[in-house]
Amino acid sequence: MITSLDTLKRGQKAIILEFTLDQVPLKLLEMGCLPGNEVELVQIAPFKDPMYLNINGSHLAIRRETACHITVETLSDE
Amino acid sequence: MSKQLNVALIGNPNTGKTSVFNQLTGLKQQVGNYPGITVEKKEGVCKLPRGVKAHILDLPGTYSLNASSLDENVVIELLLNKNDKDYPDVAVVISDVENLKRNLLLFTQIKDLKIPTILVINMADRMERKAITLDVEKLEERLETKIALVSSRKNTGFEHLKELIANYKSLSVEPCVNASVIAPEYFDRLRKAFPKQDLYKLWLVITQDVNFGKLDRNEMQGISSFKTESKSNLKRLQQKETIVRYQFINGVLKETLSIDHLAAKDLRSRLDRVLTHKVWGYVIFLAILLLIFQAIYDWSSYPMDLIDEAFAAAGEWVRNTMPPGAFTSLIAEGILPGLGGIVIFIPQIAFLFLFISILEESGYMSRVVFLMDRIMRRFGLSGKSVVPLVSGTACAIPAIMATRNIESWKERLITILVTPFTTCSARLPVYLIIISLVIPDQKVLYIFSLQSLVLMLLYLIGFGTAILSAWVLDRILKIKKRTFFVIEMPNYKLPLFKNVAYNVIEKTKSFVFGAGKIILAISIVLWVLASNGPGENFTNAEANVTARMEAGAFPQDELDKHISAEKLEYSYIGYMGKAIEPVVRPLGYDWKIGIAIVSSFAAREVFVGTLATIYSVGSDEEETIKNRMAGEVNPILGGPLFNLASGISLLLFYAFAMQCMSTLAIVKRETNTWKWPVLQLVIMSGFAYVVALVAYQLLI
Ligand SMILES: Nc1nc2c(ncn2[C@@H]2O[C@H](COP(=O)(O)OP(=O)(O)OP(=O)(O)O)[C@@H](O)[C@H]2O)c(=O)[nH]1
Ligand SMILES: [Mg+2]
Repeated sequence: MITSLDTLKRGQKAIILEFTLDQVPLKLLEMGCLPGNEVELVQIAPFKDPMYLNINGSHLAIRRETACHITVETLSDE
Repeated sequence: MSKQLNVALIGNPNTGKTSVFNQLTGLKQQVGNYPGITVEKKEGVCKLPRGVKAHILDLPGTYSLNASSLDENVVIELLLNKNDKDYPDVAVVISDVENLKRNLLLFTQIKDLKIPTILVINMADRMERKAITLDVEKLEERLETKIALVSSRKNTGFEHLKELIANYKSLSVEPCVNASVIAPEYFDRLRKAFPKQDLYKLWLVITQDVNFGKLDRNEMQGISSFKTESKSNLKRLQQKETIVRYQFINGVLKETLSIDHLAAKDLRSRLDRVLTHKVWGYVIFLAILLLIFQAIYDWSSYPMDLIDEAFAAAGEWVRNTMPPGAFTSLIAEGILPGLGGIVIFIPQIAFLFLFISILEESGYMSRVVFLMDRIMRRFGLSGKSVVPLVSGTACAIPAIMATRNIESWKERLITILVTPFTTCSARLPVYLIIISLVIPDQKVLYIFSLQSLVLMLLYLIGFGTAILSAWVLDRILKIKKRTFFVIEMPNYKLPLFKNVAYNVIEKTKSFVFGAGKIILAISIVLWVLASNGPGENFTNAEANVTARMEAGAFPQDELDKHISAEKLEYSYIGYMGKAIEPVVRPLGYDWKIGIAIVSSFAAREVFVGTLATIYSVGSDEEETIKNRMAGEVNPILGGPLFNLASGISLLLFYAFAMQCMSTLAIVKRETNTWKWPVLQLVIMSGFAYVVALVAYQLLI
């Protein structure tokens, strides 16, 4: 299913498809958030923000406002 | 030997650059498991084989050569400026074996600048646990570099690294990725326009927003015409560049690195499930804070009592054994009590540093940032502001510098402005002595001591004020926000005893010596002012008081006490104190406290030392600081000078007032204008006065 990153559930995995370039900082790309890479939502902080991700082995947290600009395709197996 | 060699340690945040630096130079710079511990460049010297001396530079971490925050600029400005005195002959890129893929991005960029580059793969000790295997030879070949596999924890691989640095001339300077494939025509034009310049360097200059003040402007003239490409176009190219680099890295690592991902999933996920949990996460954070206060208050009281008595005894010993005279009394009444006023707080400050350092070393700090970001954002701060606010409990100066990794300028400025409200260790001495004087030593609910609860309350007040003023500032300041927020979540690590111990010792030492110097100077000045006076009232004090005793004003055995009180009153400091008394009287203070407050505008911790010096001038008895303060009588109302009303008023004054010159200087440096520090000084101190006034008038 194609959706945006901020709709993932805890533990769910997905493949990054694309993102709105002006809304996603370069730094995030450099940390491995690139199309084709796998992303796992490790944990969501209270109040649903920020989101703790594992992108291709890099563990990092970003805010929901950034995550919603990243389009992903969910992987069916949990 | 003058054959000196510049070596720069560069790498992603938290890969162990400072640990490697410490191993190479024998220095003890601060290390911590949180991205952004080092924010400034630090220098050291390392002896290499064959008598070569290397000048080693530790730098802040950066994810790439595209700077997005202040601490990262340091690295880029250095690498782009060949005329900089620190411009490296060799770049040593430090990477973490567990994050090799991400770390190599920066490596390939530096390689493209044609600087001789060595790759250090650090944390080799973790390879076994994580089931990582690495074909070093093949990796060296593919990356066209030399590799040192080291572990700074286990101190392995450093001889090899030094050997590599010493042989830097044999390193290849071939780039390993050709960045110009992302837009061949564009780069062609660029090459033709600046045939003498390095292509990748030109590209960096074009894409960066950093201030290349030191860069050779003449060489770069006309470069701005290449910026004509629209911003988003440039960014698209940068994205392409990143992808190209990762393609290369993925290809290389596929052949050389294998990680057993199942073995890697372990402690981290289990700990994260608890420590970042919706409920437990906060409960644990709070429990940790409580533990810290309990330690600071309860556990350290034993060594403190010992120190207090030791200083009292030392003063007594000096008075009894050295020949009487001005010098003896300067030591016994000026310097010793002044220094005692600071040394006594070593146990508490050490405890505070101990806890902060453990929190940082374990990797827990990033989890707190994660937990707090949403809440902090409501108040115009960032989750990353938590780190300055927590480490501000040690000292505001490093805390303000720790704001440099906050991406948004508005969030960063607000953090800088409110951090001085958090209760720094210099306030602790004042709080402790006043609390012990005016708050009864009782237990609440059988376990918590009332005094340590009051202390905790003061910390909460500091923190709360910081948060509330952030909220107000967020509404007042009109700065366009460009928010984005990325924080790395490092692996949990068992704090290394050695690192923690160094941290505690170094910081405590610099606290004591830093404060010690000021206190020494101030206590000498105070002693001189207090044991001399203008006019007859001072010189004739003894005769006048004796006459009054003979007239029956008080019994003979109180003679000495009255004489010293009279002398103090007519000394220089007495006159000065009288001049400020009208200002501080409404807050419930006498002129002696007034003097202590004025002198503590240099640094808060001077307060206790000042009072100790003023009170001990002329007194012959061996007494601890606390007893002296407890014995002071309010000259107008009678009763103890330090009572609940004046005590609370003092506590609140110190909680809010801006009394630290060093902090003001740092704020000036970090914000580049005097406007903010001056505003801090005026607003915070004014607010402190009003609050203290109201509190005293209500309580009395
Ligand atoms: N297991 C292990 N841990 C290490 C090693 N070297 C460093 N560390 C730990 O890694 C963490 C980061 O080390 P630092 O030296 O502060 O890293 P840095 O690159 O200077 O970090 P910043 O200054 O924040 O960019 C600390 O917790 C160190 O104790 C190593 O060889 N093995
Ligand atoms: Mg460092």
